Amino acid sequence: MSPGILVSSERDSGIFELLTKGRELAKQLGLSISALVFGNVDDKKAQQYFEYGAHEITAIPNMDPSSLDAETYAYALFEVTKDNGQDILLISSSKLGKETAGRIAQKLQAGCATDAINLSTKDSTLVIERYSLGGNTVSTEIIKTKKKVISIMPRTFEANPAPVTGKVRTIDLKPPSQRVQVVERRKKTGEAVSIESAENLVCVGQGIVKKEDLAMINELCTALKAELGCTRALSSDFHWLSEDRMVGISGKRCKPKLHVSIGISGQIQHTVGIMSSKLIVAINKDKEAPILKIADYSIVGDLYQVIPKLTERIKSGGP
Amino acid sequence: MNIIVCMKQVVDLQQIRIKRDTREPVLEGLPVLFGDMDKNALEEAVRIKEKHGAKVTVLSVGSAKLKETVLEALAMGADDASIIIDPACDGSESATTAITLAEAVKKIGSYELILVGEGSTDNYSGLTGSRLAEILGISQITYVRELTVEGNTVTAVRDLEGALEVVKTNMPVVISVTSEINKPRRAPLTQILRASRKPLNVWSLKDLGMAPDRLGSAASGIQVIGNVAPEQERKGIIFEGEVNEMVGRLVDALRKEGAIS
Repeated sequence: MSPGILVSSERDSGIFELLTKGRELAKQLGLSISALVFGNVDDKKAQQYFEYGAHEITAIPNMDPSSLDAETYAYALFEVTKDNGQDILLISSSKLGKETAGRIAQKLQAGCATDAINLSTKDSTLVIERYSLGGNTVSTEIIKTKKKVISIMPRTFEANPAPVTGKVRTIDLKPPSQRVQVVERRKKTGEAVSIESAENLVCVGQGIVKKEDLAMINELCTALKAELGCTRALSSDFHWLSEDRMVGISGKRCKPKLHVSIGISGQIQHTVGIMSSKLIVAINKDKEAPILKIADYSIVGDLYQVIPKLTERIKSGGP
Repeated sequence: MNIIVCMKQVVDLQQIRIKRDTREPVLEGLPVLFGDMDKNALEEAVRIKEKHGAKVTVLSVGSAKLKETVLEALAMGADDASIIIDPACDGSESATTAITLAEAVKKIGSYELILVGEGSTDNYSGLTGSRLAEILGISQITYVRELTVEGNTVTAVRDLEGALEVVKTNMPVVISVTSEINKPRRAPLTQILRASRKPLNVWSLKDLGMAPDRLGSAASGIQVIGNVAPEQERKGIIFEGEVNEMVGRLVDALRKEGAIS
């Protein structure tokens, strides 16, 4: 196999996304691009990956992507890449992918960057950007080792087709014996929300005095057709909202078109999750709050007075 | 039972200033502390000790300031600490730090549990625990929000994207914890006073039998070529005054932007 980039994700959407970015990098670096796919790949399914530019698919039919663990994932990546020229591994930075990145990097003695938010090339070198210092800065890094492992924040790039003719390689790998045994897997309670893909997002913080007041915020969300997110305190400490609504460095990273931040001071651990919003509106009583510095429009005022009026104006469609 | 808690000294991120002209962070003179999730890891270790009896050792690689930083961890309930301070470690990243930690773990000798935070507060790369487990050749359980120890077995609840996963394994094991696992205690004053009397090993690389060229920026697999605050191209329009007027102006602006209908 010619030297190249290998992309991998436990989800097809992740593979398509990484193939789209990966083929751009492959072109600039003069490399081939292939994808590692867990599960069975028939002709019809293979065609989907070729659609996004994969020159080759390596399929591992006996490994089920839905029950994959990091130990098996890293083992598979190692077996697939150890003896060929696939030196750049691009992995979706889901929790599974991020853990796997560390393990495979150590197995390959490779340098590794996790949670990348951008990839580019400069002078035939791959350049990675990722948040650093808790989101205060963006660090630009290159990996010096021959093998390079990079995990990329999900939904960083948009998947676009660019069909090629590729081939499928099927390999039979026996998963290593499991040292960690899964006893049970249970869905998280509460309705499934995916605030990461919300077009409009309202986030609330500790400016909200009591849980009952969220009803007022929900009305605004309805008027804006927005999903509701929150800071860590409101989910992890107060348990007013489920953790899948938590936005920030230990929660979700969102990129809505419109983001309305309510009663949030704007600590970097939270704002890193909304930095990519197209338009940011902040409502805060403190003019000195850091959130105002990253907002397009801010109202300095008492949210309990502002929100009902704002909801009413948006609903009425009037001036 | 012996528990090793690996902790990373970071600058106080709340206090970082950004230079206006170059957008570089100003890090000089900032206070240093242990990361939030590292404290969750330590708290969990101390809770296991209180329930089952255990010896809790804090392990950290860092600058000379570590001698002070580590006192808080000892005051929180660790029994002793081993810290590695060596100029050759400057510029280390996860790969080189994991090698150093692994050598220190071997020097400490006996352990059943190694606890780490899910990620450091500053870089949040989440790599060191995984690399350490690979080097030591032991299993790892990540994203743990509930941990139970029984005999030689640990049962952990892992916090994944859409699901909670209950897993079981035998020790030794590396466990990385999330911030949901507990609320770290504040060290009581009496313990703070006693902390400096607890055993503290200060090791150099030589003490670990390591050649300096295995470490530091020269051996690092990552080269940082820039680190600046992202450019914010925000409008920064602020409405103040009477509520109806502010709301009216905001709604007008959002309509003009096409953000609302």
